[in-house]
Amino acid sequence: MAHFPKPAEGSWTEHFKIGTEPVSYADSISPEFYELERDAIFRRTWLNVGRVEQLPRKGSYFTKELDAARASVVVVRGTDGEVRAFHNVCRHRGNKLVWDDYPREETKGTCRAFTCKYHAWRYDLEGKLAFVQQESEFFDVDKSKYGLLPVQTDVWEGFVFVNLDPDNTTPLRDYLGRFAHGIEGYPFHKLTQVHRYRAEIGSNWKLFIDAFAEFYHAPILHAGQYVAEEAAKIKKYGYEALSYDIDGPHSMVSSWGGIAPPKERAMVKPVERALRSGLFGPWEAPDIGLTTEQLPPAVNPTRSKVWGMDSFVFFPNFMLLVWRPNWVLTYHYWPTSYNTHIFEGTCYFVPPKNAFQRLQQELAVVSFKEYGLQDGNTLEATQAMLETRTVDEFPLCDQEVLLRHLHATAQQFVRAYEQPVTPTPAS
Amino acid sequence: MTTVFPDGFHELEPFADWAIQGERARYAKRVDSTMEELQAFYDVAFPLLQKGTTYLEQVGMEDIGEQDKRLLWAFCSLVTIAFPVEAWGQPRVPDSGPAGIHAVVEPAV
Repeated sequence: MAHFPKPAEGSWTEHFKIGTEPVSYADSISPEFYELERDAIFRRTWLNVGRVEQLPRKGSYFTKELDAARASVVVVRGTDGEVRAFHNVCRHRGNKLVWDDYPREETKGTCRAFTCKYHAWRYDLEGKLAFVQQESEFFDVDKSKYGLLPVQTDVWEGFVFVNLDPDNTTPLRDYLGRFAHGIEGYPFHKLTQVHRYRAEIGSNWKLFIDAFAEFYHAPILHAGQYVAEEAAKIKKYGYEALSYDIDGPHSMVSSWGGIAPPKERAMVKPVERALRSGLFGPWEAPDIGLTTEQLPPAVNPTRSKVWGMDSFVFFPNFMLLVWRPNWVLTYHYWPTSYNTHIFEGTCYFVPPKNAFQRLQQELAVVSFKEYGLQDGNTLEATQAMLETRTVDEFPLCDQEVLLRHLHATAQQFVRAYEQPVTPTPAS
Repeated sequence: MTTVFPDGFHELEPFADWAIQGERARYAKRVDSTMEELQAFYDVAFPLLQKGTTYLEQVGMEDIGEQDKRLLWAFCSLVTIAFPVEAWGQPRVPDSGPAGIHAVVEPAV
């Protein structure tokens, strides 16, 4: 039985003309396909590497390892206040410029200039080579030609993006498209209380996006999170989204309310009743200067009264979840091989005023972690079985429409990269 | 005599070792504990959390004192161990095997 209306075509999948046949997961178990994805996707699209709050003052910097794009970048706020990114490579002998203790780990800090650990070549915050040790020993080195290699950088609503393709001509805002335009004005800058989690996951990066782009699994995989009678009720009810939408390579799902607050208190676990909080966030939303009705138009796009959260997938690897009780969760998936990736989940809240609010947020964060652990481990099991190639066709339901779209999009990027558009010969 | 926790929360004193800064460390203690240990802490701490709402609501985060900080961290530990006690029946998340997800950025308090 349908609880929410579907498009006239009868299903979301047919509405988006994606195809309803079983799908192959060959794109998630092939080292060769992953190598193509690195060049076709991760070296060519805008990637979100952080937020402006991570660069609070002139000279603030952080590094980001982009293994999939075969790059490490250093993102820095210059003396002019601008945010820039550079390849994290010293121009002298190729040493990694900014790192601490472990060359492969990310770092952050504040500085006046970047000095290479190896021979003390120094670069200013705008990337210009400022000092060469024993310069007279070199053979007419023109310092103006040996600055750090810049990486295209832009900021959308406080989210810092880089694009490693020096020939890219698509501005960030155009790339992010209709959903981003419709989210603009959401007060992300007020959500400065940050909890970030990181996990090494034994699966292809797309499989974890799959897991978070459908909630068909929630009543089953996460049944143990509910009180027993509620779990049975939810399982019988199943899951249906309020709506799905697709815009080029990006997609979104709008979901109904869940449990913030629950209809009946008996539905939720004792600690949730005591703290009036849970996975969906604290039941009392903090003031962000906008009511639910005043949220930007891409948030709760159907303007449903029972709306609970929206989940946006910005291709390739950035997910933005906006929850009704005025908090935000982001997911990033950073591939490290065809069957491994690093997952980052970051919760953003309005800073708590008192210890009780701090505990309400802690419960939301810890709930996210408990769910995430279940999801993450399931993925390793999925990856292992896909790699046996015992079965190679899988039926996906209408609530899994965004998965079809994600995999089709990745394949399109790879095809376009392999076969650049050439002029059609005259017929 | 100085106490670990503020007035009204002295029943928590035997569980002062749960006043731990950081979710990562709290989770580590949870998975190193037996269910009996988690249940014993829960049985004392949970009623205090229910009774303590009004108190906690007037503890400001800007100028939080040492006793209140420890109380907050002990209740953060209660949040962490509520999952085994109320849902899982075991310290670890079921079927989480080798999976680990770790806090890398957290509020100072």
